[in-house]
Amino acid sequence: MANVKKTNEYAVMFDNITKRFGSVVANKGVSFGVKKGEVLSLLGENGSGKTTLMNMLSGIYRQDEGEIFVNGKKVVIASPKDAFDLKIGMIHQHFKLVDVFTGAQNIALGLKGEKAQYKKAYKSAFVSENGEKIERSKFKSFLIGVKNLFIEKKNTSFNLKKIRSEASDICSKYGFEIDLNKKIYDMSVSEKQTLEIVKVLFRGADILILDEPTAVLTPQETQKLFNVIRNMKKDGKSVIIITHKLNEVMEISDRVAVLRKGEYIGVVDTKKTDEKKLTEMMVGKKVDLKIDRIKTDFDKPLLEIRDLTVDKDDGSQAIDKASFYIRGGEILGVAGIAGCGQKELCEAIAGLRKIKGGFIMHKGESIVGLPPKTIIEKGVSMSFIPEDRLGMGLAPSFSITDNMMLKTYSEGISPFVNRKKARKQAKELIEKLAIVTPSSETPVRRLSGGNVQKVLVGREIEASPNVIITAYPVRGLDINSSYVIYDILNEQKAKGTGVLFIGEDLDVMLALCDKIMVLCHGKVMGIVHAEKTTKEELGLMMTGSLDLGETKNKEYGKAKDSHLTDEQWQSAKEQQELLKEGENDK
Amino acid sequence: MLLLITGAISIGVIFLYGCVGEILTEKSGHLNLGIPGVMCMGAAGGCWGVSIYMHSLSNPSEAAWFWLIIIAVAFAMLFGALGGAIYSILTVSLRSNQNITGLALTTFGAGFAQFVMNEYVVKEEIDKALLSQASKILKRSFSFADDLGWFGEIFFSHGALVYLAIIIALLASFVLKRTKVGLNLRAVGENPATADAAGVNVNAYKYGAILIGSAIAGIGGMFYVMDYIGGWENASTIESYGWLSIALVIFCLWKPNLSILGAFLFGALYVSPFVMPGIIKGITTTQTELLKIVPYVVTVIVLIVTSILDSKENQPPASLGLNYFREER
Repeated sequence: MANVKKTNEYAVMFDNITKRFGSVVANKGVSFGVKKGEVLSLLGENGSGKTTLMNMLSGIYRQDEGEIFVNGKKVVIASPKDAFDLKIGMIHQHFKLVDVFTGAQNIALGLKGEKAQYKKAYKSAFVSENGEKIERSKFKSFLIGVKNLFIEKKNTSFNLKKIRSEASDICSKYGFEIDLNKKIYDMSVSEKQTLEIVKVLFRGADILILDEPTAVLTPQETQKLFNVIRNMKKDGKSVIIITHKLNEVMEISDRVAVLRKGEYIGVVDTKKTDEKKLTEMMVGKKVDLKIDRIKTDFDKPLLEIRDLTVDKDDGSQAIDKASFYIRGGEILGVAGIAGCGQKELCEAIAGLRKIKGGFIMHKGESIVGLPPKTIIEKGVSMSFIPEDRLGMGLAPSFSITDNMMLKTYSEGISPFVNRKKARKQAKELIEKLAIVTPSSETPVRRLSGGNVQKVLVGREIEASPNVIITAYPVRGLDINSSYVIYDILNEQKAKGTGVLFIGEDLDVMLALCDKIMVLCHGKVMGIVHAEKTTKEELGLMMTGSLDLGETKNKEYGKAKDSHLTDEQWQSAKEQQELLKEGENDK
Repeated sequence: MLLLITGAISIGVIFLYGCVGEILTEKSGHLNLGIPGVMCMGAAGGCWGVSIYMHSLSNPSEAAWFWLIIIAVAFAMLFGALGGAIYSILTVSLRSNQNITGLALTTFGAGFAQFVMNEYVVKEEIDKALLSQASKILKRSFSFADDLGWFGEIFFSHGALVYLAIIIALLASFVLKRTKVGLNLRAVGENPATADAAGVNVNAYKYGAILIGSAIAGIGGMFYVMDYIGGWENASTIESYGWLSIALVIFCLWKPNLSILGAFLFGALYVSPFVMPGIIKGITTTQTELLKIVPYVVTVIVLIVTSILDSKENQPPASLGLNYFREER
């Protein structure tokens, strides 16, 4: 509490907050304040502890050390209920809505009348307002008390009708458009977010926390949201917005607080800073972000994809006529905001997802419709690191040895698995990638996230594939582990393997990849050479405001030295169309 | 035909108690496979209470109907809730696997009932006589039922526990659909993290739903012993009714009001092997035995239909079977 004063000027004040998850320190000695009526951006890289800090303010987690002050008073926030009572409302990145409820029902969830008020209403039948005892039989007083209680309950409690009318008042005040009778599963992402905001405002929140609200929004929806935030600011509410998009930080916030690896770096006025300075604060000046891009001789395209169209689980389009190719000895990066079809693209190539149209050619042979095992045998391997890290690719309660066997169990004709060989491989892997583990027989769920990822990526490489598809391989990893992964990928590249790298961090991609393909809502916005492009250009393409295919009028993703001749592509296309027509006729 | 309907109603009530209890439990996101055990425990508890009461009277034939009902139901609920308490402490607080805990509870409950009944409730001949006497008083129905012919037979010839079951089912339906408590409970079963973030005390709701649900299921077991047969046989019959109750939950799409009809339908299918030969001439035992399978087949068909329709409604609670821990990441 050195640099901030405990005054009423601050709506929220963090004092030396520390939070640990097991041995991982998520927040370490964080101290700063949020002023009343300001918009504060909380900035930091992935895993810098932004969300954890805010979860402590909204009562989901509890801090291990330190104190939180609200409006100058020290508070204990033990549950989300306590947070509401302090008029703190959080809009989570993953919406907290019940799918089968209507909007109004979601707002009604958890609302309670004040117990103290009920008590007062009941007591008023016994004691008059000026403190005198009312003279009448006890039984009569009791009846009147119960009657008062019911009247009070009727007046204060919320029925759905009342909620709808009050919520529509809020909507018209801030300019929301939402149908409160709609079920959540019928709502679009932006509708859900609007509902979340209405929900929080309905509870009378004065301090709003928005966790990456723009990650899933289109630029227009983002502008709408920013207008709402400005309106709330005018209303005297404090808004904390978590984001790692610098342009948005500059646009919406009054001040910026920066976290780095759980530690508080500082607060700056937005007017007195620029994106470059903020980046320096976020990443830390001393961290050298230099990743080597090794030069290799490119081979013929290994994987050629043309006009690929894939659907999402809910039937909407995930990938829209994407064409690209990967050569041996090349790393092709895929950039895009969350949910722009990266996952579906990976799954389609690995044979886990049916495609709607287009071609996936591996060394000139179509691999569409082949079972995943055959695709793996052809040398295409996929490692997808989902948000929860353990969700795909590894069996958490299996040991490293057992996980190694998951891909090789069917080798040979013996009905028994070859544990000896797998254990040897596991031990080699542990040594080569410096995996921290008690033994090769420890369940992988006991390893830390970084080590789990090393196991996954390491196993994929063990099978010596010729195409590696890797999505978010450094998700949530610290700098050192990340560099191990980059080195592995570079090593593979040198061997002549083609790498499809789906990443989040543009700086890394610019340094590591040879070419970068940008997706926006499943559409390829362009494929650029990493050396010749800038972060700004990529950003514009990611949000869909720049489409190189349109502006330069150039066709992307068709290799000149394709395995197939133009005629062969053409005939394949015709064949597919014929097949499709046949299906339609049926 | 009349026999089929009245038989269906009296056996259906056992399913109805079990089913409503399980629905409430599942609405909180907990799949209690221990319901058969809970019903056994409820049966043992209810009988124990009745036995103690009957022994305390100097003239057992003058036992009061009112007090018998109160004691039987209260003890059945208490012991049912005891089973629920074991389950909820293990799955809610200690977050152990729900399926395994439930199956263990079923085994435990059956053994518990067998032990209590044989050791304390029906140890000697006099005990059995007292129990069947109590059962006769408990079963007492409206006196005017006989005057109304078949109408009275169907609607008014049952003991009070039959009507209690229907009242409980309707009440449960009302609470789930119309009240705020029901809304919060459904939210807990659908998405506990959301309910938690909205300020609902998730664990309190889970405990409440499991304990109340188990208590209701416990009455079902007691009903079988005290009303349906009027004496103790063994726990395994009650157990099989418990499994049918769980199947019924799926059949009636987690809706307590629908479960009234479902329970009587299951009841009709269950008793039909015994009464069908009287209705349809020349029906073979093979055919009547096959009828016993129908409830399970129908349940499977309901599962298939709902999954083909893929509607977002009429689905089990979204986080059914998953334990909730707030700080999980």
